[in-house]
Amino acid sequence: MTVVQKILARAAGREAVAVGDVVEPAVDLAMSHENAALVINQFLEVFRGTGHAPAVWDPSRIAIIFDHRVPAESSKTATNQKKVREFVAANGIAKFHDIRGDRGGICHQILPENGYVRPGAVVVGTDSHTTSHGALGAFAFGIGATEMASVWTLGCAVNVEVPATIKVSVRGVMPEMVGPKDLILHLVGKLGAAGATFRVLEFHGAAVAAMPTSGRLTLCNMAVEAGATSGIVPADDETLRYLRDEAGVSEAVPLVEPDPDARYERSVDIDVATLEPQVACPHTVDNVRPVGDVAGRHVDQIVIGSCTNGRLDDLAVAARILKGRKVAAGTRMLVFPASGRIYQEALAAGYVADLVGAGAVVMNAGCGPCLGVHEGALGDGETALSTTNRNFKGRMGNPASEVFLCSPAVAAASAVTGRITDPRRGGTP
Amino acid sequence: MSAPKAVLVLGDDVSTDVIYPGRYMATVLPSETPQYAFADLGPFNARLKAGDVPAGSVVVAGKNFGCGSSREQAVSTLKGHELVIVAWSFARIFLQNAINLGLRLVEAPGVAASAGDELTVGASEVVNVTSGKRYPVRPLPAARQAIIEAGGLIPYTRRRLLERAARR
Repeated sequence: MTVVQKILARAAGREAVAVGDVVEPAVDLAMSHENAALVINQFLEVFRGTGHAPAVWDPSRIAIIFDHRVPAESSKTATNQKKVREFVAANGIAKFHDIRGDRGGICHQILPENGYVRPGAVVVGTDSHTTSHGALGAFAFGIGATEMASVWTLGCAVNVEVPATIKVSVRGVMPEMVGPKDLILHLVGKLGAAGATFRVLEFHGAAVAAMPTSGRLTLCNMAVEAGATSGIVPADDETLRYLRDEAGVSEAVPLVEPDPDARYERSVDIDVATLEPQVACPHTVDNVRPVGDVAGRHVDQIVIGSCTNGRLDDLAVAARILKGRKVAAGTRMLVFPASGRIYQEALAAGYVADLVGAGAVVMNAGCGPCLGVHEGALGDGETALSTTNRNFKGRMGNPASEVFLCSPAVAAASAVTGRITDPRRGGTP
Repeated sequence: MSAPKAVLVLGDDVSTDVIYPGRYMATVLPSETPQYAFADLGPFNARLKAGDVPAGSVVVAGKNFGCGSSREQAVSTLKGHELVIVAWSFARIFLQNAINLGLRLVEAPGVAASAGDELTVGASEVVNVTSGKRYPVRPLPAARQAIIEAGGLIPYTRRRLLERAARR
């Protein structure tokens, strides 16, 4: 069996499962963000007229993190957040991360850094980028608010069809200024936006083995951009290191590995030794080209951050490139760390000073401008170059603008020139 | 009575940002989301709000309709207008949200239409009455049939809750 088959078999109390089987896996962690406001409505609706008082199945397995609109951009959001806080208090939900500079942040960073996600777990989240948590060897997938209300009620995901798995083998050593974001953009371009729909992407190979968990989170985060149900890196020594040293997990963590005779629907092989920095062009994430193809285009707004690339090593790359230099006139740069913890680490390491000194605006941890709700909307006809994960028309708040996606290295190098720039070329587009 | 019409024809990879832009996500109630359906497609949104699009009207699209966010507003906003979506294929979360909320989705690979064409949307085929072309329907995932039959995920979950309580 593949890793996901093993996880589903365990969670459904079965010896084995095969592709296409319908199972009801017990959920180990159920995550929501501000859309918990809608989950609560639907949850109360389930219980209406039943004669039973609304009760969540297990408050210790529910996580709620405010990140999409922090601090609230409108009274409507503030009222929704207030309603969620009241529900959290009434139901004893301890894994709640409010708007705070110390322990707040983006759900897809808060869950791993607090040790909430373990290898072999079934994780569901009312966010499509819940695929991120496959980086720790969990089966993690996005669901809608009504489905979450069902999980809160029953404690399992109902009627899950065991997905087929695509094996992605990545060999080679990443060249300088090429990283996990370039790899996943390349893969999404290769598979297409629907190339892995109803499939799992299971990552293997020397380049993945050598990749820190932060990079694996970037990979699995964007698995959904190829339509995948989930991305997963089988847990290994690096996973154990991350859980022990960065997530403070002290208890033993069993690993789940695929069987040697696991059946894959197909295999995709990539050699990163020859990989160039990649850019996803408007308005689909699979419209991917080497940076050279679009180098020289003027950029109005650079964005570094998000659940894809707002981690400490991402900020380190940007700080290294921008230290002692300036963001080009005519270009603005916004940086938003993925969590309060990362923000504090970036402060301690001097990265925030380097970035602010260069002219970047370092914002609070959260989703920031990624989904066009508040902070950093684009003007008509403007172009953004962003380390986020989506470039759909209107994504950053304006259908008359364009969003290009790239790595932190490409974003930072481009901030200096004001044009899309190959970071390997030392400052010329 | 004439067949329903294709009121909007779109291409591949129609994202949830096109169906329901992120900036309206603070609005969650199914009674309020329909006003923002296809908000960035101004003229069509205006027709919807003017009540100019009859229930049962068809949106025709290509591959991967509903890609992107898990936002359920992208389903409730279409359900509010009782639109039927006929596409070559759907993105996973959108498809499941639609089944959960009872929005009618029909997967008909190859389907082609122009705005204004009359379509009959059956269980096994979609017929473009105007062009005379027929397109077989690919059934929705069998695993979800029980939810469709229950009338959506809320009644389904409610029934499961009561069954479980009865066993205790």
